[in-house]
Amino acid sequence: MAGLELLSDQGYRVDGRRAGELRKIQARMGVFAQADGSAYIEQGNTKALAVVYGPHEIRGSRARALPDRALVNCQYSSATFSTGERKRRPHGDRKSCEMGLQLRQTFEAAILTQLHPRSQIDIYVQVLQADGGTYAACVNAATLAVLDAGIPMRDFVCACSAGFVDNTALADLSHVEEAAGGPQLALALLPASGQIALLEMDARLHEDHLEQVLEAAARAARDVHTLLDRVVRQHVREASTLLGD
Amino acid sequence: MARRHEAPRLPGLVQTRGGAQEKPIELPAVAAAAVAAGAAAAQADDARARGRGGAVGAGATRADDVRRAGRLGSMASVALSEAEKVYIVHGVQVATPRRQPPGFPWRCGWRRALASLGRRRPGGVLGLPDSLSFSVASPCSSANATPEFEGRGGDDLGTEIANTLYRIFNNKSSVDLKSLCISPREHCWILYVDVLLLECGGNLFDTICIAVKAALFNTRIPRVRVLEDEEGSKDIELSDDPYDCIRLSVENVPCIVTLCKIGYRHVVDATLQEEACSLASLLVSVTSTGVVTCMRKVGKGSLDPESIFEMMETGKRVGKVLHASLQSVLHKEESLGPKRQKVGFLG
Repeated sequence: MAGLELLSDQGYRVDGRRAGELRKIQARMGVFAQADGSAYIEQGNTKALAVVYGPHEIRGSRARALPDRALVNCQYSSATFSTGERKRRPHGDRKSCEMGLQLRQTFEAAILTQLHPRSQIDIYVQVLQADGGTYAACVNAATLAVLDAGIPMRDFVCACSAGFVDNTALADLSHVEEAAGGPQLALALLPASGQIALLEMDARLHEDHLEQVLEAAARAARDVHTLLDRVVRQHVREASTLLGD
Repeated sequence: MARRHEAPRLPGLVQTRGGAQEKPIELPAVAAAAVAAGAAAAQADDARARGRGGAVGAGATRADDVRRAGRLGSMASVALSEAEKVYIVHGVQVATPRRQPPGFPWRCGWRRALASLGRRRPGGVLGLPDSLSFSVASPCSSANATPEFEGRGGDDLGTEIANTLYRIFNNKSSVDLKSLCISPREHCWILYVDVLLLECGGNLFDTICIAVKAALFNTRIPRVRVLEDEEGSKDIELSDDPYDCIRLSVENVPCIVTLCKIGYRHVVDATLQEEACSLASLLVSVTSTGVVTCMRKVGKGSLDPESIFEMMETGKRVGKVLHASLQSVLHKEESLGPKRQKVGFLG
């Protein structure tokens, strides 16, 4: 590997983590009063904000309404100051559109859309700072926001990325590790059933190693679930204290 | 009555990203200010009872004889019935002015704006004036603020904000543009001001302006040296020391005070509900010495010339106090250094 050593001989990564270790995750639900549901998450230096509106009537063209289930509308945007190089367009570029589509697929798999026919659920995700694993941070933030909005879901959706360096699977890649160009896997998991809501891999990886990387990502996603579950419980506890129960 | 708004909580709005951004940035230290603030939406009842002045995230004061209202351009819609409107208008008109000690914290209701400054050094642009270079780049109204901003929905508002900010900031009297000059007519720094709107809760312009001022205060521009060799070609050398930087003087940077006309009274720091009941409002940009640098009437109604002068006077007075409070908050934040408590969404 040229230049940067992503995994030291002692098994430490560039930022001092072990191979399967996550970055520090902090999250909070209900950050905005106007939206139906909102959440903010920090995964290391990646910061994302998710807002959910709905279920509400279809906005815009009625032809988009689905007779048997709700329409999930996702928009991904990242702030112009989220990356080192200033971005020109916060949303609407190819990468943002693709990310929106991926989020939509993920949440169509998780939300019980058949309960709200002919309606629409908007999920807007905003990345404030991008330091690797933006997809994962967006999914985790959006899960919390959907829960905050009280929209019925099959399960949490927990996402994590994984990579593969020196025959070792690395969980939760940072920007430096992503930029190194190795294989990169994004996984969204429904932890209770162990089902996969979205799986995407870039670059080339030998088939024999796939299981190892997948396993690392799934384990990390389960860890994320534990953390998110704690956040939700904390939030509910606070909310119920405010109500005076 | 719950008087949430009066809790002396200074939302310590300024969130610096200088150290937080740990990714390789070509020019370090991106400054950002998050103006977040507490405060409830003025329910009609407390609107009448509290007769409070403006609220701006920075923590400023209340003006004595003002209350709140007015709706700007295309902003998030708020559903208000006729009766509710009448209630708010009467509430404002009846409100007895009460004196508040200076330094009384202002609050912004539901509005959060992030401003960030990036810098770019254009390589050898010829014919550039001495040192102009302040560009307010398309504020982005994210769909987070309201679903109406999805897609291109927020563009109109974005352009409106950008133009207003550009008019206010891009002149010699508010920002020391000379200090942004590297070598006259050849190189200069360009400051990009990016504003990200996260939630609309009324009094947008004031909030944004405070965020921008705080971000400007926080901006650090690396010092560069221009080396000229024998052939006359110039070479720019960036200092190795990341702490070797210049800061902008924000002394003369103005802040906007929006005054909304509700009934026959005017108020500062209107909530969304109050903005919905106001016919027109006046944007006044005031410097810390009380000099009015820009003025604009917004909204569909019309204003009496006499009331414009009245509103300007209020704007000047409120602006001065606002500047003083903002300045003290910023200095306090800075003096805390690394011990500074980070105020963000997690706080």
